[in-house]
Amino acid sequence: MTGVEFVPLSLPPLLIGAFAALACAIPGNFLLLRRQALIGDAISHVVLPGIVMGFLLTGVVSTWPMMLGAAAAAIVAVVLIETIRRLGRIEPGAAMGVVFTTLFAAGVLLLEQSDTSSVHLDVEHALYGNLESLIWLDATGWKSLLDVEALAALPPELFRMVAVFVAIALLTGLFWRPLTIATFDEGFARTLGLPVTALSLGLVIAAAIAAVAAFDAVGSIIVIAMFICPPAAARLMTNRLGHQLGWSAAFAVLSAVLGYVLAGYGPLWLGFENAVSAAGMIATVSGVILVLAAMFGPCRHRVGAAQAD
Amino acid sequence: MELDLATDNGQPRPETTRDDSPFAIRGLTVSYGDKPALFSVDATFPAAAMSAIIGPNGAGKSTLLKAALGIVKPVSGRVTMLGQPLKRALDRVAYVPQRASVDWDFPARVIDVVLMGLSRELGLLRRVRPHHLDKAMTCLARVGMDGFADRQIGQLSGGQQQRVFLARALAQQAEVYLLDEPFAGVDAATEKAIIGVLKSLRDDGKTVVAVHHDLATVTEYFDHVFLINQTRIAEGPTVETFTAANLQATYRGRLALQQIDRLAG
Repeated sequence: MTGVEFVPLSLPPLLIGAFAALACAIPGNFLLLRRQALIGDAISHVVLPGIVMGFLLTGVVSTWPMMLGAAAAAIVAVVLIETIRRLGRIEPGAAMGVVFTTLFAAGVLLLEQSDTSSVHLDVEHALYGNLESLIWLDATGWKSLLDVEALAALPPELFRMVAVFVAIALLTGLFWRPLTIATFDEGFARTLGLPVTALSLGLVIAAAIAAVAAFDAVGSIIVIAMFICPPAAARLMTNRLGHQLGWSAAFAVLSAVLGYVLAGYGPLWLGFENAVSAAGMIATVSGVILVLAAMFGPCRHRVGAAQAD
Repeated sequence: MELDLATDNGQPRPETTRDDSPFAIRGLTVSYGDKPALFSVDATFPAAAMSAIIGPNGAGKSTLLKAALGIVKPVSGRVTMLGQPLKRALDRVAYVPQRASVDWDFPARVIDVVLMGLSRELGLLRRVRPHHLDKAMTCLARVGMDGFADRQIGQLSGGQQQRVFLARALAQQAEVYLLDEPFAGVDAATEKAIIGVLKSLRDDGKTVVAVHHDLATVTEYFDHVFLINQTRIAEGPTVETFTAANLQATYRGRLALQQIDRLAG
């Protein structure tokens, strides 16, 4: 394929997919180690009613009201989960399950009852995203990458996703040490005077921002997969947290690129006519990587059972 | 495996001004939901001594330490460390949690865990320099674990993990050391290594307070005991306080009488 075709049609979705995957995979590492990996799942579900409310209140499919609605829904969900956990004295996982299924269902009802048929706001879009449609019409080839006017016409999702990724990467670097200590040993972290509660809230908020931004661009299937699969596969490749983060980033990008290419061309190679959903294929590839890591990764044995020596 | 049980301390330590009691608790009350855990507990631990917190399961021993350190929020109570409110003294307190309280499958090496004890020096972004590594290695050597610096922590035995936790506390160069069941489920070599390090800390003038389970070793290891069963039962020097009557009051019939007689002589 030539640059004339590749740059406008494939490059933006590839980049958006890769940055979405990265933005989710980085906080995913810490969520996984804190046994909170499903919070990404929860967030990507609860933002649906928020996004619909944002649309209903403003009447336009525009980013900021919907992002604000999503953020509001995420906060409502966090408060609800905490309240149910305290009042009902039940497991946080159970509280999470109750809240996110209920809010997602409410979002679906809202969508069905409201007049959103004219716009591209529907359950399918929420789940699978619309990666293939994020094209760059002004591009004419590789040269367009140097053309300021053409660059301005890149899909706004790309800029948003890059900004979110950069912010998350910088924050993770800045708070690496306290975040690591608080994740490994919360009690000890408190005696060091570290703001343990703020760190854990900050992590969930960062995950929520990544989820909302990625959800808007690529749908919730990728969000859920990228929070869990690349970090889980990376854990099986190394016994050091820094290396784990590197592996998870590599797996995230690999999933995004390979998934996008396979979705677009895989069926053609097999003799079928149509391409399949890129979001679904990216999530599938990340799952396959996890399976391969679980079978062949060098650190895959459960080391919790101490080896006697 | 060969163990180096050297427990000498060649480390220079800063001189400190000594206040009355390095670790005092007043009216500490803690509850978990509706379940009361501690009722208005007063405790005063002496300086330059090894103290044991003793009581049956569910007596609130660990909770006492956690609440005193602000890990668990107390309903009421006041804690003074080194003559100051807890917050101002935290940088001179080292806490060794129960080994089972963390996930040892965490992706970290032994040296990474010990370096956590230097995090006040390292701050947010300072790089780990050779002298930080030297310090961490010295602490590992004091607990006989310097040969394991690059091991993943999950590959260690329980006793080795406990010694890594102690090395992390040593790296903090604190005045007060609070340990939650440091001898729980460890091998004999580890117990010997740990008690050697704790005694050398005491001989250096540090204050050591440990939640302790094994009544048989109390008189041998500890200078001072604090008996607790949701409220304070007794506290004082081991020889005066670790008596049959006090143990009976603490364990409320959960220990056989002849057991108590044997322990408390």
